[in-house]
Amino acid sequence: MHIGAAKQSYAADEAIFTTNTQKTWLVALAAALATLPLFAGDYWLLIACLVAINVISAAGLMVLTGYTGQVSLGHAAFMGVGAYAAAWLAAKGAPFWLAIPFAGFVAAAVGAVFGVPSLRVKGLYLALTTIAASFILHFIFFNWASVTGGALGLNVEPASIFGVKLISNSHLYWLAMPLAWASVWCATNLFRTRVGRAFIAIRDRDISAEVLGIELFRYKLISFALASFYAGVAGAVWVYLFRVVTPESFRLIDSIFFVAAIIVGGLGSVRGAIFGAVFMTLVPELLKLGVAMLEPYYPGVVQLLSPVRIIVFGGLIVGFLIFEPLGLNETWRRVRHRFALWPFRT
Amino acid sequence: MQEAAHAPILSVENVALSFGGVKALRDVSLTVAKDSITSLVGPNGAGKTSLFNSISGFYRPQQGRIVYEGADITHVPTPKRAALGLARTFQNIALFRGMTVLDNIKLGRHTHMKTGVVDALFYYGRPKREEMQLRAEVEEKIIDFLEIDHIRHAPVAALPYGLQKRVELARALAMQPKLLMLDEPVAGMNREETEDMARFILDVREEWGVTILMVEHDMRLVMDISDHVVVLNFGQVIASGLPADVQHNAEVERAYFGSGDYSALRQRPRAQAGAGVA
Amino acid sequence: MNLLDFVEFSLSGLSVGAIYALTGVGFVLVYKATRVINFAIGEFMMIGAYVFFGIAAKATMPTWAAILAALVVTALVGGLAERLIFRRLIGESAISVFMVTIGLSSIIIGIVEIIWTADPQSLPEFLPKEPFFIPTGFGEAFMPSKNGWGFIIAAVVVAAIIVVFRYWRGGVALRATAADSQAAYSVGINVPGVFSFAWVLGALTAAGAGILVGSIAGISSAMGAIGLSVLVVVIVGGLDSILGALVGGLLVGWLEAMASMTLGAEYKQLATFVVLMLMLLIKPYGLFGTHDIERL
Repeated sequence: MHIGAAKQSYAADEAIFTTNTQKTWLVALAAALATLPLFAGDYWLLIACLVAINVISAAGLMVLTGYTGQVSLGHAAFMGVGAYAAAWLAAKGAPFWLAIPFAGFVAAAVGAVFGVPSLRVKGLYLALTTIAASFILHFIFFNWASVTGGALGLNVEPASIFGVKLISNSHLYWLAMPLAWASVWCATNLFRTRVGRAFIAIRDRDISAEVLGIELFRYKLISFALASFYAGVAGAVWVYLFRVVTPESFRLIDSIFFVAAIIVGGLGSVRGAIFGAVFMTLVPELLKLGVAMLEPYYPGVVQLLSPVRIIVFGGLIVGFLIFEPLGLNETWRRVRHRFALWPFRT
Repeated sequence: MQEAAHAPILSVENVALSFGGVKALRDVSLTVAKDSITSLVGPNGAGKTSLFNSISGFYRPQQGRIVYEGADITHVPTPKRAALGLARTFQNIALFRGMTVLDNIKLGRHTHMKTGVVDALFYYGRPKREEMQLRAEVEEKIIDFLEIDHIRHAPVAALPYGLQKRVELARALAMQPKLLMLDEPVAGMNREETEDMARFILDVREEWGVTILMVEHDMRLVMDISDHVVVLNFGQVIASGLPADVQHNAEVERAYFGSGDYSALRQRPRAQAGAGVA
Repeated sequence: MNLLDFVEFSLSGLSVGAIYALTGVGFVLVYKATRVINFAIGEFMMIGAYVFFGIAAKATMPTWAAILAALVVTALVGGLAERLIFRRLIGESAISVFMVTIGLSSIIIGIVEIIWTADPQSLPEFLPKEPFFIPTGFGEAFMPSKNGWGFIIAAVVVAAIIVVFRYWRGGVALRATAADSQAAYSVGINVPGVFSFAWVLGALTAAGAGILVGSIAGISSAMGAIGLSVLVVVIVGGLDSILGALVGGLLVGWLEAMASMTLGAEYKQLATFVVLMLMLLIKPYGLFGTHDIERL
């Protein structure tokens, strides 16, 4: 509950950030992110880039699964499509600011094609078609060697702007982070318009949505295409960061990662996508740190890092779905609500 | 109470609908006059909701036509019927539980809006103008009219049943309908809520110029406000006409009260009512 | 390739298919009783195979006892999963529960990797070694002993399950719970008990199938991927149909073998997924599944 925040115009009521407190925090966050490269080490900048990439991808998946209700376990495969598309175009000499949108559009087209089953099947059955899509795409990545380089994949020259090569992590940070902000902003805008409302209607009660004039198939395909566009862009930035893409870069387990991220973050809100992406990216890193700290006391424990990561990953999914099904977004809201009138009791 | 002076807005012609072996509708024909309030009544299982669903487009009748404003819409897909001005509410409330009241109502205007995906992603400019215009209209015409301003930001899942039904009506109004189909608008409501809803329905007809077709079980409401009543039983029209005429129709009585000595059956409640009044 | 090759590939496919059918029957039992789609079915197979491996390697137990122990342990895991996890999720959306099974599969893979590492292993021998020679009109078709015995064992177990469920009260209770759990509750059926039982039985069949598969193809921490083939089997057959699991299992097993024969082994998985896509587009409820109609 916001005190002293009565709105005086409809525009004010429908703004994304409605109170001065919110706007202040937003500016503070922007400032913190802008100055991060100044004091963060190279490793943490890499993590920051990964977070940004995952935020873009998770935001896209949130639109498709969280808001439109179409479960997709093929999201990472569409990132792969974007990565390959960007790498392919870059190899032809295109600059990154062409390759990245190109990757988005190619991924969107592929995503729309694999969204066609949503006309016929829903829910779990749709999820299974997306798993099949993931495998079919992996097969194509592996076997269409003339375009994708087969098992070896494709290498990418660093992005360059005005002749300056963007090699270091801080360079890529300035590519990834603004794109992440833009993605989040656009996704939020969507739900202030009729397009976003149509998506939610399809999720909640698609038959009623039809009566209201929403063409289900058209909007489901738009949702798939849009989510895949985001995935493609994320994949393209990814390939400029790591400079190589192979068929093993984007597997089913990575798609599961993103679904886990949006569940952990909280289905149905863009903020949830941010929380989920940040959390799921940082947890393995914290685990790595923790295990490294234990190494002097329990030598050889580092070998357990990989299986422990897998267990924690699965455990997070199971744990959140049992104990906090509405995700971190809900935890955030509860905490904020508790302190909304602090120090007064509610 | 006006009888139709001009062509009917909706005309159902010899519609037959069956599911496997079950014949939900057999040779049903009815007309709905413009600006009228027409009620569709009948015992449970008579086929009323099936008829509504056929008019909405969810079921395709095996035979017959549905003519709306002079055009045959029998094969028009459901989403396109909304743009023609056909709105409807549902028996079990079909609001979108993940949205607020305001968003639900705004959704009603979907077909008449123009914002596309690319515009929507960037919001400022055309989409924002459209949204603000929509918001102003919805607030002034619908929310004020239906007296739901105090709950506009409430999630619909948190509302009591009566208010949810009102929000559903609001959403249907946002569709700028010419024909509004209400499926049991006062089901589960007490006397006061029913009177409120009756007042809204009459106001909708008067101020919005909307024709109303409603399915209802509450006979007092039906008899009080309808211009025309159609009675269905076992998928067939067994009577249609003015409320008073239908009320005393022998077939209708048989449908509701069963065969047998219903004249004696009718004496008893009359006698009791008479004794109560005296 | 000639007719004999075709017969041999078909036999191989059918024998794997019988094992799929066995797992599929367990899967269908869990789905029928609890409406849970268990993505972790492959990992339950893995538990059975690895526990057998682990016990046979360490302890000095006779092989049959090790197999029994593996079945019991997996059944326990299934029962615990139901009691601790899935019972808390009753009423949640099907997608949420499906995601939990995905999470569960990761947890199981991680635990297996910690105990036994991710390296491939092979199971101790416990089946007779002589291969089968099936006489056909054009020569004798060769079938490796493990395939042949796998088929026989799977067929016997499936038949036993079907017979038991037809005539035993527990089977009737399961079918009642599957049809309408609330109604079953109100006539006194111990519905939570049925849930546990379904999961235990599902885990048992998966464990047995896992041991059979493991003895044919070896074991590794990635062997759970076979669960995806089982998923295709139950989609093809219909999620709630035991007959469907049978037919679907044999069909998918045979189709995989045919893909292997005509296109090469690397196309096997692709073939499986193309079948899945086609099935979901043409007949999403499978050959024998029941179609839930949405009421308006």
